[in-house]
Amino acid sequence: MSVNNRHVLSVLVENQAGVLSRVSGLFSRRGYNIDSLSVGVTEDPAISRMTIVVKGDRYILEQIKKQLNKLIDVIKVIDLDKDKSVFRELMLIKVNARENSRASIIEIVDIFRASVVDVSNETLTVEMTGDEDKIEAFISLMKPYGIREIVRTGLTALERGSKEIKSYKKYGEED
Amino acid sequence: MLKAAEAIVRFLVEEGVDTVFGYPGGYIVHVYEALRKSDIRHILVRQESAAAHSANGYARVSGKTGVCIATSGPGATNLITGIATAYMDSIPLVVLTGQVPSSMIGRDVFQEADITGATESFTKHNYLVKDASQLPRIFREAFHIASTGRPGPVLIDLPHDIQAEDIPCNYPETVQITGYKPTVKGHAGQIKRALKAIAESERPLILAGGGVNLSRAHAELLTFSEKSGIPVVHTLMGKGAFPSNHAHYVGMIGTHGFSYANEAVRMADLMVFIGARIADRTAGGTQILPENMSIVHIDVDPAEIGKIVGTQVPLVGDLGQILKKMNEKIKRKDTSAWLETLGTMKTEETYKTGSLVNPKKAIRVLSGKLNDTAIMVADVGQNQFWTARHFDDLPGRKFMTSGGMGTMGYGIPAAVGAKIAAPERQVVAVTGDGGFQMSIFELGTIAANNIDLKMVLFNNSHLGMVREIQKRVFGQTGHIALEKNPNFVMLASAYGIKGVRVTSDDELEAAFDQALGHKGPFLVECVVDPDESTL
Ligand SMILES: Cc1ncc(C[n+]2csc(CCOP(=O)(O)OP(=O)(O)O)c2C)c(N)n1
Repeated sequence: MSVNNRHVLSVLVENQAGVLSRVSGLFSRRGYNIDSLSVGVTEDPAISRMTIVVKGDRYILEQIKKQLNKLIDVIKVIDLDKDKSVFRELMLIKVNARENSRASIIEIVDIFRASVVDVSNETLTVEMTGDEDKIEAFISLMKPYGIREIVRTGLTALERGSKEIKSYKKYGEED
Repeated sequence: MLKAAEAIVRFLVEEGVDTVFGYPGGYIVHVYEALRKSDIRHILVRQESAAAHSANGYARVSGKTGVCIATSGPGATNLITGIATAYMDSIPLVVLTGQVPSSMIGRDVFQEADITGATESFTKHNYLVKDASQLPRIFREAFHIASTGRPGPVLIDLPHDIQAEDIPCNYPETVQITGYKPTVKGHAGQIKRALKAIAESERPLILAGGGVNLSRAHAELLTFSEKSGIPVVHTLMGKGAFPSNHAHYVGMIGTHGFSYANEAVRMADLMVFIGARIADRTAGGTQILPENMSIVHIDVDPAEIGKIVGTQVPLVGDLGQILKKMNEKIKRKDTSAWLETLGTMKTEETYKTGSLVNPKKAIRVLSGKLNDTAIMVADVGQNQFWTARHFDDLPGRKFMTSGGMGTMGYGIPAAVGAKIAAPERQVVAVTGDGGFQMSIFELGTIAANNIDLKMVLFNNSHLGMVREIQKRVFGQTGHIALEKNPNFVMLASAYGIKGVRVTSDDELEAAFDQALGHKGPFLVECVVDPDESTL
């Protein structure tokens, strides 16, 4: 196993004030590195779901899972299997687009199945979703035109198939 | 409908709380008014940190959750050291703090402090109450969380206006917290693996930690050791987990433990950690090396297993329950040769007499005079290890100290809490002259409540443990001295507390006899050579 593997954790938490601070505080306090963290409410309005991308070896990952599970507001933590999950991120990107370059940008946008959401005299704003590779590829193609701004949601992810996060046991739960 | 502050006091009564330690202020007055009208005993400390330490001592002796209370802002922040101290030693506390009115939160108004934010990393959980109707659930949850699984402090921050609202006062009978279900029963398969590992070992050794004391699994541990034949070492926090007069008892390990006990760990081919988190101060003295030994680790907190050292057999759950199950199946091992080896390694302590008091001998003498149920509270520093190493924790007795945080000033207020929890037991607090002065204001609390507590103060006019480190590492002495120490006996006397000053070993017997014979608080100041070593 490589030393600093990337892992995508899916975390169910109580939808309550202070939860985000507790989770992010835990990472900074214990020196774990977060690549991205996204959070939103789930099918149950009382519960939110976080997708946290972390780097670490097996020991760090074990510790992160155990420490997260110790938080009272954390309901469940799973480590998503890369081959069995769908990963998506949303990006808004504003690029320089004068008359001479607009058409070629739109061509790339179409190839990536992204969409133009705003146009000005000088710029185009593009919305796109995809996994990280697709987003990185798009960014590199936009670089020559001049990128003004990028905003990304961070990765979100869901397991493929009919299995739900709720069917997983809580860490240490008796079987 | 009932005023929230009064409902809160009812919840406390409902939870079996008979004593709270605290200090009032403007934004907690509603709760104080309700307390005044109740049967709950309120002990007014002289500084809030002492409220948390006293609640801590109270919890450790009574087995119940300790409760302390303070006002917003500086009252709450003064509690912080006490909360962190309780957190590091897994002591169940419910901490109540006043807060500025809800509508003013976030505006940096007078005496506003974000205490839930500040204590996030050293409370087991905390609540900022935003809706008074949630108070019954929050209190029920707080006491449940504090006292179950791995215990710890839980803080409830109570905005001023919330305390005065009217709420329905039905206290829930059960708790439903989706994300909190501590594992109690041990995994049957893992228990089997643990038993197998023990059966295959030649020189097994039990390491008992503070978890045994917290979960009161003494009887189960004793049976486990006796049925299996396995000898026992313990950590500082595990002192008292196993009877020191037992043939299987080896001693305390760690950086300040006994070298023969640390040596025993190095010789073992299997360790059974029981309620010990293998903190650096434990592992440091022994160099516990998983590559040289098998490790079975039993703890209620899965996050402690494998955190410091790798483990072959992790076993999560309540120590008492797991040991009980293991005791049904465990087979007697022939450990006679192993026990004999360990027996020959043990060294008898000899006590030299110098021109001043030998603190090790003082503890030995005192230990011999205390009765079978005495409680010994050690502060932090050299005095802590003089006490831990030379106080004989016979079964029925109790030893307490701030192990995880090493908080100076813990000893006196913790002993106050201990005495209030068990008025019938002898309680002694041992401190250095530094730690004594960190909680010196509690002489006021002791005097006002006539707490029958015996204080032993080892006065070396220095921060002894720091001086020892400075001398060892930098070869330098006398850099930091506690200059202009007061006349401690006179100071106690100013509070109406009796005391004697002892300057040689010859006077120890008489001084301790006088202290223990006296009804009420008593101070024995022992003058100690600053060059006295910890070990
Ligand atoms: C609140 C706090 N501040 C500082 C320390 C660091 N410290 C550890 S031991 C020690 C010296 C304690 O001196 P004293 O109370 O006189 O006890 P002695 O070591 O002399 O027995 C100090 C300063 C501490 N543990 N706690």
